[in-house]
Amino acid sequence: MVSERRRFILGTARALGIAALSGLVWSAYVDEVTSNKLILRPPGAINEEDFLATCIKCGMCVEACPFDTLSLAKPGSNKPLGTPYFEPRDVACAMCPDIPCVPVCPTGALDITKVTTNNELNINLAKMGVAIVDTKNCIAYWGIQCDACYRACPLMDKAIYLEYEKNERTGKHAFLKPIVDSDVCTGCGLCEHACVTKEAAIIILPREVALGKVGDHYIKGWDKKDEARLKNAHSETTTTELSKDRAVDSLNDMGGLLDD
Amino acid sequence: MTSIWKNYRFLILRRITQIGLMLFYVGGNYWGWNFIQGNLSSSSLFGIIPLSDPFAALQMFSAGAVMSANLIFGALIITMVYMVIGGRVFCSWVCPVNMITDAANFLRRKLNFNQIEKKQPASRNTRYWVVALSLVLSYILGVTAFEFISPISITHRAIIFGLGLGWAAMLVIFLFDLFILKNGWCGHICPLGGFYSIVGKVGLIRVDHDEEKCTVCMKCKEVCPESQVLFMVGKESLQVLSGECTNCGRCIEVCDDDALNFSIRKLAKEKSKNENN
Repeated sequence: MVSERRRFILGTARALGIAALSGLVWSAYVDEVTSNKLILRPPGAINEEDFLATCIKCGMCVEACPFDTLSLAKPGSNKPLGTPYFEPRDVACAMCPDIPCVPVCPTGALDITKVTTNNELNINLAKMGVAIVDTKNCIAYWGIQCDACYRACPLMDKAIYLEYEKNERTGKHAFLKPIVDSDVCTGCGLCEHACVTKEAAIIILPREVALGKVGDHYIKGWDKKDEARLKNAHSETTTTELSKDRAVDSLNDMGGLLDD
Repeated sequence: MTSIWKNYRFLILRRITQIGLMLFYVGGNYWGWNFIQGNLSSSSLFGIIPLSDPFAALQMFSAGAVMSANLIFGALIITMVYMVIGGRVFCSWVCPVNMITDAANFLRRKLNFNQIEKKQPASRNTRYWVVALSLVLSYILGVTAFEFISPISITHRAIIFGLGLGWAAMLVIFLFDLFILKNGWCGHICPLGGFYSIVGKVGLIRVDHDEEKCTVCMKCKEVCPESQVLFMVGKESLQVLSGECTNCGRCIEVCDDDALNFSIRKLAKEKSKNENN
């Protein structure tokens, strides 16, 4: 006879086992799709980690977009299912001044305050990504005249400007090299869309992927505002064997260095 | 003609609401109709009234998201509506997956699979475990865990926004219900159904069984996707009070004896009064 107690213990253990197994598979899948860091989000998107918790995947932003720029990630695309994204080489963001995609967001995953100054919408504040130039495959850097990305940029001469340089090879021509100012670039992708090379030589990457971070220990000493960052700097002292003596003593210690 | 209407009236009405709603959503996306826009996760009715999936909102809360007023309000509206009409009305009258699992169930009956596989090897309480697991994983992973895999969302997004590999999810559910487990997805696993079972416990619209008229033909139990809720059939005149009843009305249609009907929930006091008399 199997006792009621054994039956209960076995039943509970079985349920826990199934829960653990499915939990593992489930979280492995979520981990897999969220590990894709190359996804471009609509304007005003909060940082990716919070975005994944906050976006309810309703597609209101996709419906609001008049240029069919945005799509919801479909199964098989290796992106977090149902979240909105765009691929500028196909359709870039047109940077509508009235930003229809942002105010419709019901959850605040697209944060209207990120694209608002003085109570007015300002699409130029958007930070969807940043344009990066592949200078080896950009024909303007070869010396061939092309300013497709520069002309396509909605913030021409601010987000992308041309740097003129003498072409020493020919001796009589100029390079017109496109340079991106990452402080200004919104990541709309009109440059990537316009690029004439077979694979775009200027591409949009998420800012967290493409941009470096100086940290608190290097300061532009000539810039009063930049000095404010020093407040956040922490001081950490490293202690080793050598720290026992004062630095000067260590310098004066000639022991073993000179012949007796 | 009248007998078709009599035998399938709720089924026909359910298909009209399910397909009609999807049509309005598709119109909202492609042709800018503003009756209802978005999808079943979150929508806006007439461009003003917010509606949100309360289970998704709960996962967001568990994942540590900042909850917007719009979202909370939308989730409350939906919760209250289903508290009144019965939580799992969502399952049988709105959810598009219902059409897939109903089709699998229909085939099962026609092919007599239910006679071969009489015992179902899984507990219907699994769904409550999945509800708990969804919330725990949302907390641990910091994302809305079930929304990342939900075949319901995959299906309605596929209908409204385009297919992708969404058909694979639909096919898997169909085959699972057809060959592996009777009422497998909707009746055993789906945490959204589990969540709405809890919400719908207090629902006011209830199927009522009249034992005196019942001839114990058991057609209702044969067709019911949650047949455990009909435990009283042929035994006792009771209302179906389990939250797991989806109010699909199939039992009412197949009953030749008028022993089952929709009714308004009797309040507890009245019931005890009747028992005392």
